[in-house]
Order: sequence, then structure tokens, then C-alpha cells
Amino acid sequence: MKSYIVNRILSAIPLLLMISFLCFVFINMIPSDPAEVALRVRQTPVITEEAILQVREELGLNDPYLVRYLRWVGDCLKLDFGVSYTNPSRTVLGEISRCFPATFVLAMSSLVIVIVLSLPIGFFCAVYKDSLFDRIVRGIVFMTTAMPAYWVGLLLIWLISIKWDLLPTSGSGTIKHLILPSLTVALTYISTYIRLIRNNMLENMKEDYVLYANVRGLKQSTILVRHILKNSLHTCIVAIGMSVPQLMAGTIVVENVFAWPGLGKLCIASIFNRDYPVIQTYVLLIGTLFVVFNLLFDIIQSIADPRLRREVS
Amino acid sequence: MEPVLEVKNLVVGHCRKKQIQPIIKGIDFKVFPGQCLGILGESGSGKSMSLKAVMGLLGADFSVTGEAFFGGENLIGKTKEQLRQIRGKRVAMILQNPMTCFDPLYRIEDQLSETYREHTDLGRKEIYEKSLAVLIAMQIKNPEEVVKKYPHQLSGGMLQRIMIGLSMSMEPDLLIADEPTTAIDAITQFEIMKEFIRIKKESNTAMIFISHDLAVISAISDEVLVLNKGKMADQGSFRQIYEQPKDPYTRLLVEKKKSVMDQYHRVLGRKGVMSQ
Ligand SMILES: Nc1ncnc2c1ncn2[C@@H]1O[C@H](COP(=O)(O)OP(=O)(O)OP(=O)(O)O)[C@@H](O)[C@H]1O
Ligand SMILES: [Mg+2]
Repeated sequence: MKSYIVNRILSAIPLLLMISFLCFVFINMIPSDPAEVALRVRQTPVITEEAILQVREELGLNDPYLVRYLRWVGDCLKLDFGVSYTNPSRTVLGEISRCFPATFVLAMSSLVIVIVLSLPIGFFCAVYKDSLFDRIVRGIVFMTTAMPAYWVGLLLIWLISIKWDLLPTSGSGTIKHLILPSLTVALTYISTYIRLIRNNMLENMKEDYVLYANVRGLKQSTILVRHILKNSLHTCIVAIGMSVPQLMAGTIVVENVFAWPGLGKLCIASIFNRDYPVIQTYVLLIGTLFVVFNLLFDIIQSIADPRLRREVS
Repeated sequence: MEPVLEVKNLVVGHCRKKQIQPIIKGIDFKVFPGQCLGILGESGSGKSMSLKAVMGLLGADFSVTGEAFFGGENLIGKTKEQLRQIRGKRVAMILQNPMTCFDPLYRIEDQLSETYREHTDLGRKEIYEKSLAVLIAMQIKNPEEVVKKYPHQLSGGMLQRIMIGLSMSMEPDLLIADEPTTAIDAITQFEIMKEFIRIKKESNTAMIFISHDLAVISAISDEVLVLNKGKMADQGSFRQIYEQPKDPYTRLLVEKKKSVMDQYHRVLGRKGVMSQ
């Protein structure tokens, strides 16, 4: 068991290196000269050839590709992600950690909404398969998978904030500000999870252990909750865990629709300003989150499932 | 003698898109206390289906008609809840695939005790002792260790014994064994068959033994019912079926199996039928 966990953690390292390399390569493929961007952003009145050369030197852009990559990775390991091009008085780490809590709160409240809604709905859809309830939910699920988050967000703003004037259109600070954006983020995922839980339960209902539980005369409620639901959740552990980084990444559009001051908004602003270090760090962060959560929930599953749990001898 | 279970004109159909596809087309049988009815038939002939129908184990997409008298009451037409209370307590059933019949996430102990909690008012400690007694009765060594195990840690034969032990510990009026030896290896098969023969000798429980294997059926049954494509092909005592099969289908089954059976009887030491 212990060696499995150690192996699993070690195997994540090459994956992280690959992500960082791809991230570095792609960002460097953006067709504009970072030195020029830096000068323009610093509001240098006349951008001359010499000034560009000087900034290139200053930002270390003249070194070979691989050297720059290794230097960047080395710095990242020391949690030094460089300085924002747009605002040289701010470090990238500072910018990211300033925006991270807002995104985290948004993602977590979305996760709560997703779980609170999709778990019981998926459960009852499976229990009352093909009933009116199940068919209506399936229709809604089908529709919401086809609706993009920004469109739903704008629709909610129009209906709830403007027409009915119940909630603020944008900004942050209170619980009221949180409701619409987290609902919008959650909406895309609710359908996925309703389907996941419903199908998993239906799959499990066909298993022999359910027949035998019925043969033993157990109550239907016991069979559904203690056996079928528990087995279904076990197969969804990793999927549910992975929804955390998915939600964090998924806030990017919604944050901009609702002017939510989180990572997504920072990222879009950085893209407009060609603020390379910030974009690079954001992409790296999200990639790392995916790897870490995948690792974490893989391990959790291997501990929770008796078939995967190995005896410690 | 009063039969424990008497099934008359049982018809089962599967409803799909408003069409009813017949699966069981009218069968009758009786089982008496202390006796064993063998149900013989090929895969897909409707052996499992007919008993699942009687016990209310089929989903809402099946239609079941006919009569099934158990202890003076007709089981067909009873509510789900009434049938549930009978299942596991008064009628026990043993299934084909012991490896997949237990929930992989719970220890054997948990699965035994949830069954006892459902049908008895025993306390925690009594349940634990009863679980151990079940394993001991089934000749399982180290019962204290085995009850703590998860299903995947035990062999098919071991799980099959636990299933049999659990069923018998409820002292049911009727024990249904649905191909209990099909999914396990030959050596364990003989062990399990010995167990059934012992149960038949020692208790007064009526038994229905389902198999596609004439040799296995011959080792335990008093009466045999042969099913073919949802219909009764033949019915009678084992000797009748074996020596004068009326139906061409039964004749075919008997011919195929004669040589294998001699071997079976030598090992299990059941004389009588063969040597007469
Ligand atoms: N869930 C189902 N839906 C529709 N038809 C079914 C279903 N299960 C079984 N059947 C049909 O019922 C018939 C009888 O099946 P049954 O399981 O009783 O066979 P069996 O005699 O027990 O065979 P086996 O030896 O394979 O267990 C089969 O021919 C099959 O086509
Ligand atoms: Mg069967």
C-alpha cells in the first residue's frame, strides 16, 4: 500500500515536467515580442531598437530556449514566478495569491451546489427510471449540456438581477454576489453528474449482489442506499475529485461575465495585456491542480476500496 | 402430505414496447417437505426465471400469472413487501455465482448480520455468534478470521458454503438452489454436493435444485422436471426420466450424460438409482 502511494507520487513528476514544458513552449509561441510588450506597458514614450535590446537582456530573453526553460522551472520550484510585465512592482505570486481565494470560494460553492443537486436527482432518476420525473430531468440535462456557461450567465443576470432585481449583477463581497456566478458555473456540471450517478446506479442494479440482497429479503431502502449508492459513489470518487480543478478552471468565462475578481479574470486581463509571466503561471497552476487532484483521489480510492487496498504485511 | 410449494400454470412474459414476449409458457410442479425437486434444462430454458417469478424477484417489466401456493397462500399477487418478508426467511435461495453475489464493499460479517437484523430480533452479540456458528457448521476453518474478510479475499467454494450456511441457518421451509455448482471447479463441486446431500438428510426442508447437468440432478433429486424453451418437456421420478424418457428432448439429455454420471455416483456414493 505504502509503496503504491510512493510510486503513484513519483509517477506524477514526469507528468508535471511535461506540463510545464508544454506550457512554456505554447506561451512562447504567442506572436508578439515580450520585450516590446514590456516597453509598451511601461509606457515608454518612444520604443527604440536599443531599448528593446536592453529589455531583452534585462528579461533574459536572449538565452537559448532550453536554458530559459530550465531557469524558469528552477525559479518555479522556489515559488519565484517572476514579475508581472504590466506592473513591475507586483510579483506574479502576489497577483495569483491575491486572486486565488475568490476563485476558490466560487469553485467550492459551485461544488456544493453540484453535489447537493445532482446526488439526489441522479439517485431518484435511477430509482424511478423512465418515470415522468426521470424523463423531465433527462430533457433538462440534455438541454443544459447544449447551453454555454456565458449565455446562461447573461440570461440569469437579465432575468434575476435586471427584471426581478433580486440579486446584484456583478462584483463580490457578500453571499448575494456569490449566488449567480456559482449557480452558473455549477449548471454545466450538474447535468454531467446527474448522468454519471444515474448511469452508475443503473449499472450497479444489474449486478448479482443486488439480486442476492433481494433474495435475502433486505429492505429496498437498505439495498438502494447501503449497497447500490455506495458502490456507485465508489466508482465516481475520482470523477468527483477531478471536478475541483475542473471547476477552478471552469470559472474563467463566468468570472468575466460577473466581474468576479478571481484567477479567471486575472488570466483574461493578462492575455489582453500580453503579460507572459502571469499567463504562464496560471496555465501551470491549473495543470498542476489537475495532476495533484488526480493523484490525491486515486490514492483515496485505493484506500477506500477493499479490492484495491493491499494488506500491509 | 401437503406440498410446501405448489405451482400451477405459471406463465411469465417480458413486456417490451407494449408487446409481451412469452418466456415461461405454463408450468406446474410441487415440492414436499424433506424432498428435492430437480429442475433440468438447457441454458435459457427458463429455469431461473420460473423461480424468480414465484419469489417476486422480477422487475416491473415482467408479467406473471398463475398460482403458487406456499403455506396455504398464493404468492402471486402478493405485495412486494409481503414477498420480501418471506424471502430470505421462509424461502431461501442460493445463486450460481458466489464470487459476485456478495457486495464487494462489505465484510462477510456485515452481510450476514444485515440479513439477520432484517429477519430476527437478535442482538449484536447473538448475531455475531450466530454468524460464527454458520461458518463452523459449514466446516470453515478459522471462522473468526473469515467473517472479517471481504468477498474478494475468499474462494468461490468458501463463499458458496457461506451462502448455503446463511440460508440454512434461517431454517427455511423451502430451499432453492439455482445452479449452485456451475461456477465452481470440479473438486469443490463434489464438496458442495455433499453438503446439499447432508442438508437433505438432516433437515426436513423442501428443496428445489436447478441445474443443466443431469449428473448433478441425479445425485440429489427425488422428482425431476425437465424444461425446454419455457415449456415442461417431462416430469416424473428420476428413474422414470432416466429409463423411459417420454420426450425426445429428455432422451437427448440422458444419452449425452450417461457416462459422466456413472463417475459422479462413484464419488458421491449414492447408490440405488444406478444399480437397480
Ligand atoms: N432480463 C431479461 N429480459 C428479457 N428476457 C430475459 C431476461 N432474462 C432472461 N430472459 C429470457 O428468459 C429466458 C429464460 O432465462 P433463464 O435465466 O430462466 O434461463 P435458465 O434456464 O436459468 O438458464 P441458465 O442455465 O443460463 O441460468 C431466456 O431465454 C432469456 O431469453
Ligand atoms: Mg439460470
